[in-house]
Amino acid sequence: MSKRRPYNRELSSDWWLKDIFYSQYMLREGSSIFITLYSLILAWGVFRLSQGEVAFNAWMEALQHPLSILFHLIALAFALYHSITWFSLAPKAVDLWIKGKRLNEKIIILTHYIAFVFVSIFCLFIIIS
Amino acid sequence: MSKKLTPSEKRLEIEILRYHPEQDEEPYLQQFEIPYTTDMTILEALQFIKDHLDSTVSFRWSCRMAICGSCGLMVNGVPKLGCKAFLRDYYPNKITLEALANFPIERDLVVVMDDFINKLEEIKPYLIPEKEPQFLTKGTYQQTPEQLEKFKQYSMCINCGLCYSACPQYALDNKFIGPAALALIARYNRDSRDAGSAERMKIVNQEVGVWGCTFVGYCSVVCPKGVDPAAAIQLLKVESSKDYLIGMFKP
Repeated sequence: MSKRRPYNRELSSDWWLKDIFYSQYMLREGSSIFITLYSLILAWGVFRLSQGEVAFNAWMEALQHPLSILFHLIALAFALYHSITWFSLAPKAVDLWIKGKRLNEKIIILTHYIAFVFVSIFCLFIIIS
Repeated sequence: MSKKLTPSEKRLEIEILRYHPEQDEEPYLQQFEIPYTTDMTILEALQFIKDHLDSTVSFRWSCRMAICGSCGLMVNGVPKLGCKAFLRDYYPNKITLEALANFPIERDLVVVMDDFINKLEEIKPYLIPEKEPQFLTKGTYQQTPEQLEKFKQYSMCINCGLCYSACPQYALDNKFIGPAALALIARYNRDSRDAGSAERMKIVNQEVGVWGCTFVGYCSVVCPKGVDPAAAIQLLKVESSKDYLIGMFKP
């Protein structure tokens, strides 16, 4: 008779804390919570705008609350973290070949940053003008 | 016959997760102390333990040169090939060895790899020619260096299973096809001599295919052969999306 009895190790719920690589991944995924909340606040602002000037000004007023500023700083930090880590992973999803060679990873990453800066300046320009 | 250790020799503590199904309810850690030299690998440390300290320690190995893919194990929680990891990178700290994560333990450091092997077989890992297979008398299939370059790195896989141990998605649900098998799909789909993409895309398009991957990316970090399964999967996601879009417009 076989003595085989393969043992299955259970995955603990804190698996993502046991290796820095997993923790960084979870932070990247977790950033979506803050970005979702940020988008909802922004969408709420658009809705308030449709209700007239008084409503919109009240929303603007609420944004100046210290807790609101703190939240937006955290959201900004997460958004930057997500962007930087995502840009560094981008070459894996790009399959561009030039003259029989795969396009250099650095060029792909740099292109992302250039596009990021360009879009940011474009948005700032619209807000100011 | 046990080897005499002279007091001047440097020592290193090694902890091994032991499990003998005929007597142990569950695995437990056992401590060993071995002489340390800078050129020793983890595999050599295990061989020292088996030869001189405890002959009941079980582990798989064959080539000792990172090409057979047998000696995969967890070194301080990180999947490594025993023959490619050196004691000097851990000395003087204690090293903890455990069977490859995400696989059932058969005995000590030996795991049950059946699921992994079945998945590799499932994805049709062979060239499927467009027409009838060509007789050798008609010559071989021709390929340019550029065509070779498109899939070459994905063909370097030695089926050691380290990427499955590194994958939290496989840990959470082992129905996921997994990194090595998906990289192997990329290897054949990207080969100019192959015409089996449509058949393999059925596997790729599933929820447990590429869409089971959330791009953790650790598989590519732990691969001892420089294969990039994470990239293979992301590229297959692009192919899968194209497949879906084209399918929408087809009658």
